[in-house]
Amino acid sequence: MPVSVYIPTPFRRLTGNRQHVEADGKNVGEVLAHLESQFPGFRQLVFGNGEEIPAHINIYVNKQEISALDGIATAVKDGDEVAVIPALAGGAGMPEPAPLQPVGALTPEQVNRYSRHIIMPQVGPAGQRKIMESSVLIIGAGGLGSPIAVYLALAGIGRIGIVDFDTVDISNLQRQILHQNEDVGKPKALSAKETIHAYNPDVEVVTYEMPITSENSMEIIRPWDYVINGADNFAARYLVNDTCYFLKKPLIDGSILLFDGQVTVYLPDQGCYRCLYPAPPPPGMVPSCAEAGVLGALCGTVGTIQATEVLKLILGVGDSLHGRLLLYDALAMEVRQVRIRKDPNCVLCGEHPTVTELIDYDAWCGGAFGHTNEEEQKAADAARAARERAVSAMNA
Amino acid sequence: MAVEVKVTSVLQKITGAKVVHGEGSTVSELLNDLDARYPGFRSQIMQDGNLHRFVNIYLNDEDIRYLEQLNTPVKDGDSVSILPALAGG
Repeated sequence: MPVSVYIPTPFRRLTGNRQHVEADGKNVGEVLAHLESQFPGFRQLVFGNGEEIPAHINIYVNKQEISALDGIATAVKDGDEVAVIPALAGGAGMPEPAPLQPVGALTPEQVNRYSRHIIMPQVGPAGQRKIMESSVLIIGAGGLGSPIAVYLALAGIGRIGIVDFDTVDISNLQRQILHQNEDVGKPKALSAKETIHAYNPDVEVVTYEMPITSENSMEIIRPWDYVINGADNFAARYLVNDTCYFLKKPLIDGSILLFDGQVTVYLPDQGCYRCLYPAPPPPGMVPSCAEAGVLGALCGTVGTIQATEVLKLILGVGDSLHGRLLLYDALAMEVRQVRIRKDPNCVLCGEHPTVTELIDYDAWCGGAFGHTNEEEQKAADAARAARERAVSAMNA
Repeated sequence: MAVEVKVTSVLQKITGAKVVHGEGSTVSELLNDLDARYPGFRSQIMQDGNLHRFVNIYLNDEDIRYLEQLNTPVKDGDSVSILPALAGG
């Protein structure tokens, strides 16, 4: 029986997305060497170009950090658990954007670039400056995050934040317009930043290449004016909702599946996601896009509505989707609305709240971020099977 | 008494259609009727006699939670929408 090794999310692209792998060795150093031989490139991720474990990587043997033991000479025996944990949250690597400076007179190039905004009475030079003085955080650089980021970049938003720890996969390219063919394998946040700058170099982009968790969400969200949700699982949605409630941030929420989309706006103290959906479904009951699929173009429609809503809030024009849930049915090409109310019994924002701080969303939603490892594996298998079917159909 | 019921893509797997029609004088009766026509329908949206909390039902665009919940009366020509939460992004 070898040693079990926990692989952190940013390294899983080397291990076929597996969260736990096995390795042999009598000490941590030998285990790392065996991991390198099984997954070439692993050593580079841990050590960088140096010979020593860098400060931002912690390695635990049975929950004790090796620097308190014998470093990489720490002995391990069969059945031990070794965990490799990069220090991502709250320490080295956490961006701390300073407040945006007010924008003075627009340059001639900006007047030209944004002329189609500026000539509209609802925008004008003052409105364009408001857009350029705003900061928007986008959770997820995926199906929804992509059109949101692109349209906000084109509009000239002053600062865009992107939270995504994943790397670009070829299956993303069916719908995620931030990423292109040559970006496969690249961290999504980095690919997003490059695309945004290719459209508009004036936009400041802040990337968070880390999962958003209860430990870091307050710190991540605090410096931003608006938050837009492009997350792909329930745990992250509830986490972002709760954090935005505590920090009094407007949240523009959107979700998609198959041919359906839902969009709304939550304003501070005027209702929240939990008013609409007080509890998440049990794991496996509502399929993910990986399991059930989504029409690529649907992401563009729903994400662009989210971008439109945040621009309206910034400009202070029109009727916000606040208090309404927009339902988009692409198959029938029908758009409807239902009313959302602030629920006086809401456990977060109601009259007698019982949720007064962030919780363990993994546990509440039943498994790591709504997916157990087994389900992640099932989803990956389903995606692969679907690909294989498509290929067979093509070759038939 | 035919009530129009709209369902999202996930539930369409059971009903075979986006819009179906059912009978009943309350939402609860309507759901029972739909379950008889489309076996398995009720178990997708209810458990132990209660609606799953991630499923909302709207009568003419008003959440029945703020009306009379499952006892909300429905009549001929009403439109009921059943909306489970979606998470995709």
